[in-house]
Amino acid sequence: MTIVYVPGDSAARSVGADQVAIEIASQANARGLDVQIVRNGSRGALFLEPLVEVLTSSGRIAFGPVSADEINSLFEADFLNGGDHVLALGKSDEIAWLAKQDRVTFARVGIIDPLSISDYESHGGLTGLRKALDMKSEDIVEQVTASGLRGRGGAGFPAGVKWRTVLNTVGEKKYICCNADEGDSGTFADRMVMEGDPFMLLEGMTIAGIAVGATEGVIYIRSEYPDAIEMMKKAIVLANEFGSLGENILGTERSFHVRIRVGGGSYVCGEETAMLESIEGKRGVVRSKPPLPAIEGLFGKPTVINNVLTLATVPAVMSGGADAYKARGVGRSVGTQVFQLGGNIARGGIVELAFGTTLGSLINDYGSGTFSGKSIRAVQIGGPLGAYLPASSFDVSMDYESLLAAGGMLGHGGLVLFDESVDMAIQAKFAMEFCALESCGKCTPCRIGSTRGAETITKIIDGQDIDGNKRLLLDLCEVMTDGSLCAMGGLTPLPVRSALLHFPEDFDSRIGATK
Amino acid sequence: MQFPAWSQERALEVIARTSGEPGPVLVTLQGIQEYFGYVPDGAVALIASACNVSRADVHGVLTFYHDLRTELPRKVQIKICVAEACQSMGARDVAESARKSVIDNLDVEISNAYCLGNCALAPAASVDGKLRGRVSVKSLVKEISQL
Repeated sequence: MTIVYVPGDSAARSVGADQVAIEIASQANARGLDVQIVRNGSRGALFLEPLVEVLTSSGRIAFGPVSADEINSLFEADFLNGGDHVLALGKSDEIAWLAKQDRVTFARVGIIDPLSISDYESHGGLTGLRKALDMKSEDIVEQVTASGLRGRGGAGFPAGVKWRTVLNTVGEKKYICCNADEGDSGTFADRMVMEGDPFMLLEGMTIAGIAVGATEGVIYIRSEYPDAIEMMKKAIVLANEFGSLGENILGTERSFHVRIRVGGGSYVCGEETAMLESIEGKRGVVRSKPPLPAIEGLFGKPTVINNVLTLATVPAVMSGGADAYKARGVGRSVGTQVFQLGGNIARGGIVELAFGTTLGSLINDYGSGTFSGKSIRAVQIGGPLGAYLPASSFDVSMDYESLLAAGGMLGHGGLVLFDESVDMAIQAKFAMEFCALESCGKCTPCRIGSTRGAETITKIIDGQDIDGNKRLLLDLCEVMTDGSLCAMGGLTPLPVRSALLHFPEDFDSRIGATK
Repeated sequence: MQFPAWSQERALEVIARTSGEPGPVLVTLQGIQEYFGYVPDGAVALIASACNVSRADVHGVLTFYHDLRTELPRKVQIKICVAEACQSMGARDVAESARKSVIDNLDVEISNAYCLGNCALAPAASVDGKLRGRVSVKSLVKEISQL
């Protein structure tokens, strides 16, 4: 019997992986060949999807991007035995784009069958949980703190500090909330973790629960991710049956339960306090802080809120130790970052590397420039609330502090590339429009300012009193930045201001301008 | 997709599945929409009563979330991503042209989405909940015609 891997990741399926899997099964059947198809996650080289792999005596051999039309020729070329074919990529582990990466969080994604606990365990899964079960709560928190792991959702707050606050807060009930409301355009790593290695996320949440004394966890997943929702639901059932989740975890006295809440298509619910409101079934209106969610969070109880990638990295921190994790990265940005390359990019996907690689390296060495083949004009880092940077900033180091110093922010690690055809005034206007669409409405500068901002940029685009309207726009940006409770209103000015700063020609010389 | 017609009896059954959970209003509205395809007027008071909140509270939640709707959806739901990553690959034009090409087809509803998590294979869309990558007007129109 030959094992053939055809990714079940929704990105791979979006370009025909299901048809490929069906075609392989039917042709193998017709040819009397014994083939078992495993729907793994995606290895993250999304430009090669659907990436078909065959397990041979010399390891996994990759072919891609494969379409259903090419299955016949693959069989003719004896691909089941690693036969040569125009789509052959050699050994999967030796594909340079993947081999150069430093996979920690994404170590198993695309390798294992996402719903096989035995696969998960044989690739190092549950090692971290087993260690944690033998440790005192205080020591787990200490190890996570010592590792320097910071929140991957965007703010980069040290995970250990958050956990310690919850541990030290007295409460008859505590919660672990996993923020899987990955709404930023250009980001898809949370989705790929949930679809490709769901047990890792559950393990991370369980460790967090043991560490702070919480027995209940909630994963808040956006409704735009139906496949991730299904995968996590199945994984929860399987983990409960296996005993790594639920009552008496792995035969110990500890218990931890996880349930899923699905979002309602609201971007602002990715903000942690709006997310809590939404999990409580209410309008996703942002809360004032203090009180911190760590002290009064979900249903008023002490709550750890971490992003998918943060919690998914915890098992590796526990099993490999704090020092091994801390050894990677630069300055206070330690460990690895899961960069996501998207937009107008030739080779998009997941690039996990230690912090401190350069923007240019990610875009040129991994991304291979634009998909259109035209020259690069701008890159937006960190989602809709992140800055637009020009090609001249490509030597910036990709870590929290350096990006901040360069006038940007890392956010959730998404990079969106734009070619020379982009109109930056239109992009700035979109930032305001998106804010107007998604503002929860609590803070006036965000609720009203975003609409006025879009109107003002329209005037600039129409060439009306460009200088006056630019001054007005910058003033408005200042009010929004200083006068909004959360990042929605507070950071919407970042893409707008960066567009004005780096691409003034798109605002100043509109056709038909009347100065 | 076909949905059952409004029935108070069925609605009460659906509501009872989740109304006892902590923070039940949103998840109960989602349950009703999953069953009937939308949130019919008659459901609001039932949910309010079952969840022990005011009708205003339910209305507030219903009108906050983009996903929740108060009208029956058309048969085919197309969502085209028009967020930044897809914009960089011409999604605005795709969305506009796709709308024009199916304007006479009353079975098809096209709405904007803001990120479907397929940013490396932009432009992205979803057809009845199934994710699509590298879409064009042509590929979408073709898929619609085959449904």
